Amino acid sequence: MFDLSLSKEQKMVKDSFSKLVKDLIADNAHEMDEAGEIPVSAVQKAWELGCSVSGVPEEFGGYGMEDSPILSALVLEELAYGDMAYAVAVTAPSLFITPINDMGTEDQKKALLPNACTDDYHVYTMAMCEPHFGADAVSLKTTAEKKNGSYILNGVKCFAPCASQAEKMLVSASLDGENNLFVVEKGAAGLTISEKEKNLGLYSLETNTVTLENCEVPADARIGGDKGVDYDRVLARSRVAMASMAAGMCRCSLDIVKQYAVEREQFGEPIAHRQSIAFMIAEMAYETDAIRLMAWQAASRLEAGKSAKREAYLAKLYAGEMAMKICDYGVQILGGHGYIREMNVERLYRNARSIACVEALSMA
Amino acid sequence: MINLELPDYLDNLKTQMKGFAEGLLRPIARKYDEAEHTYPVELDVLKGMPVMSRPKKKAGEEKPKKGAERKNGSNMSQAVTVESICWGDVGLMLSIPGAGLGNAAIVAVATDEQMERFGSKWAAMAITEPGSGSDAGSIQTTAVLDGDEWVLNGEKIFVTCADRCDAVVVWANVDPSAGKAGIKSFIVEKGTPGFTLEKLEHKLGIRASDTGTFFLKDCRIPKDNILGSAEVKKSTEGFKGVMKTFDNTRPMVASMSNGVAGASLEFLKQKMEEAGIALDYNENTNNVSAMQKEYYMMEANLEAMRLLTYKASWMADEKIFNNVEASMSKAKAGRAGTLITQKVCELLGSMGFTREHLAEKWMRDSKILDIFEGTGQIQHLIVARNILKLSRNELK
Ligand SMILES: Cc1cc2nc3c(=O)[nH]c(=O)nc-3n(C[C@H](O)[C@H](O)[C@H](O)COP(=O)(O)OP(=O)(O)OC[C@H]3O[C@@H](n4cnc5c(N)ncnc54)[C@H](O)[C@@H]3O)c2cc1C
Ligand SMILES: Cc1cc2nc3c(=O)[nH]c(=O)nc-3n(C[C@H](O)[C@H](O)[C@H](O)COP(=O)(O)OP(=O)(O)OC[C@H]3O[C@@H](n4cnc5c(N)ncnc54)[C@H](O)[C@@H]3O)c2cc1C
Repeated sequence: MFDLSLSKEQKMVKDSFSKLVKDLIADNAHEMDEAGEIPVSAVQKAWELGCSVSGVPEEFGGYGMEDSPILSALVLEELAYGDMAYAVAVTAPSLFITPINDMGTEDQKKALLPNACTDDYHVYTMAMCEPHFGADAVSLKTTAEKKNGSYILNGVKCFAPCASQAEKMLVSASLDGENNLFVVEKGAAGLTISEKEKNLGLYSLETNTVTLENCEVPADARIGGDKGVDYDRVLARSRVAMASMAAGMCRCSLDIVKQYAVEREQFGEPIAHRQSIAFMIAEMAYETDAIRLMAWQAASRLEAGKSAKREAYLAKLYAGEMAMKICDYGVQILGGHGYIREMNVERLYRNARSIACVEALSMA
Repeated sequence: MINLELPDYLDNLKTQMKGFAEGLLRPIARKYDEAEHTYPVELDVLKGMPVMSRPKKKAGEEKPKKGAERKNGSNMSQAVTVESICWGDVGLMLSIPGAGLGNAAIVAVATDEQMERFGSKWAAMAITEPGSGSDAGSIQTTAVLDGDEWVLNGEKIFVTCADRCDAVVVWANVDPSAGKAGIKSFIVEKGTPGFTLEKLEHKLGIRASDTGTFFLKDCRIPKDNILGSAEVKKSTEGFKGVMKTFDNTRPMVASMSNGVAGASLEFLKQKMEEAGIALDYNENTNNVSAMQKEYYMMEANLEAMRLLTYKASWMADEKIFNNVEASMSKAKAGRAGTLITQKVCELLGSMGFTREHLAEKWMRDSKILDIFEGTGQIQHLIVARNILKLSRNELK
């Protein structure tokens, strides 16, 4: 049936991440942003709650639970409620683990998953976005060419989360016009990883430009073997993740203004008593709900093994537009104070733009 | 467990209702848009269909067996049904015999004896007055008890089904000094002396629906025609109780908007496809044509409207208090539906301005859905007051 209630397990997982964020992140997100880094211990704590690995079978190092896009959506919203940069850093390995667990060959799972699913957090990631004007996750300029049984990768990627520390990463590339994912190892010949990129938002998240110049990877580096991957599904899972993180950010912005607007008095009464403020807040509330519901709708289809191409595409599109609008309202309602970096709405405003601009920062 | 996919039986219901809408309503949609106020005789086949029936008595209510698959309730079915029918035509949906808003009120609060007398009558609802619209608590119509009869005086405007209905549920104040607490509702049957249908309105849209004005001049009705208790309580709980019936009808109006916007978008999509403009939900929206981008954004909005409506309906079924979510769904669907139907006409160009196609009609029809049963602004007020915990004096 159509159901919006959380199962016991869903509630438990959501609550544990919510508590973690409250304890570790909520009050520190601004300092992390200013410092430009996230404490390793904070990442490790979230990792220990089963981020990215719970859906991997035990034989490959996971928890052997169901691979659940809905559960991931819940987790990502909670993490991003604290801070999106944190959410991405913590779940970057899902960009590697999830597609392999979902679509890799048995040999690939055996070879690649156990090292990624260890008790300690290690960086594994994906390089999807490209830096040129008009870049599009479905018409990649990065290419793969088959040569003597191996693949030669060429192209430039950007916004690859935590790539400089990644043991391995998946790189999306077009092979004879078909989009594929390839495993590229740290230090591979022809692989260059830039310094930390400087972005509009997500200051504390390291993202890198990844350049592939005749980078040769073995035949078994192609995820899914000769069949390749269901690329639509890869994108759909990453889009659900983006929309879920958007919901988290919007909820955070909403909670801030809800409190601020009733406390801040101008002209002799709380600004919340003005419809122009109150109606913005009402809109923030239902649009946040809408983003979440659209993410859940796509996740429900993914969970049932169905195609969620349309639903995930629309969810990310909507989230990209609405998160910007909501976080804009967030700054506006705080007036001049919203423009000051110490106020969390300022960071949310910058971070929110990433939803529309970037693809594949996490996987649901 | 979270699952936002409709179960098969609701999917089937949707298909079935859409089939009905396509077969029966679409072919006559234009006809009754033009023949304003004429009763659509084609709808006679629906007479006697139990559109609004009483939910089963508590005693007879079956508890779902443990372990048995849980099913969605009647509010979800209604959301799906109303959307599908309004995909056919919203003006005609409002003309379905026996499905008046008054019927909803009767079903909700009538005694068994009243149910016996009025259950099968087509009942309209009259709240709005010339001086009292959004502020329904300020109505001036009065009801005074005189022996065994109530005597009603006042003017009611914008009553849906004014001409076709058999009876009207009229809101009147029995004790104006008590303010809102004095507001009660009464069943007034057509033909009662002093109760006259003054005129029918000519409207922007939903022209198939007969919207009219009633005068009540020393109109006497039996004492038993009051819905609910005649007692005037000190608090406004009673009034709030009456307004609560709208918690269930607001998502219904949202569903209407989903239906009209859906029809409009589907028509655009069809025209785009005929012109070879593919919609593959694939490319970055900045790399597609402006037309495609607009389309995608509208479809995303339609999903948002629909999911907010489902959420409010699901909550009602689960007996979770949904006052805020009901208003959210109507606020979103009312506004976004209006914008979608406008934009579709723009994108259709000449095809969006001609009366040869229904797009222009949908743009006119959808506008009412952001107005009646609480305007978009009033929905925002309800939502904001709730989430900011402000009283109606703090947030006016
Ligand atoms: C970068 C920067 C430079 C500045 N430079 C100067 C300067 O040089 N000199 C100087 O004196 N000031 C300066 N300011 C202050 C600036 O003018 C104020 O921040 C601005 O007037 C808003 O006031 P506030 O921040 O207190 O917001 P508030 O007045 O608290 O407003 C908060 C929110 O409530 C809304 N609001 C307030 N009252 C109402 C109402 N009656 N109805 C509806 N909505 C209402 C506002 O629009 C806003 O959205 C600067 C601010 C910044 C950020
Ligand atoms: C076709 C049609 C069918 C109808 N059917 C019925 C029916 O069957 N029964 C019935 O009783 N009524 C019916 N109505 C009446 C309908 O419910 C009212 O028109 C509606 O509630 C708005 O009231 P109003 O027209 O008096 O506008 P007003 O209340 O005068 O509002 C005018 C504008 O002011 C805004 N506004 C009002 N108060 C506030 C506030 N506090 N804050 C911010 N903005 C505010 C409104 O949003 C609106 O934009 C119908 C109306 C139409 C057009």
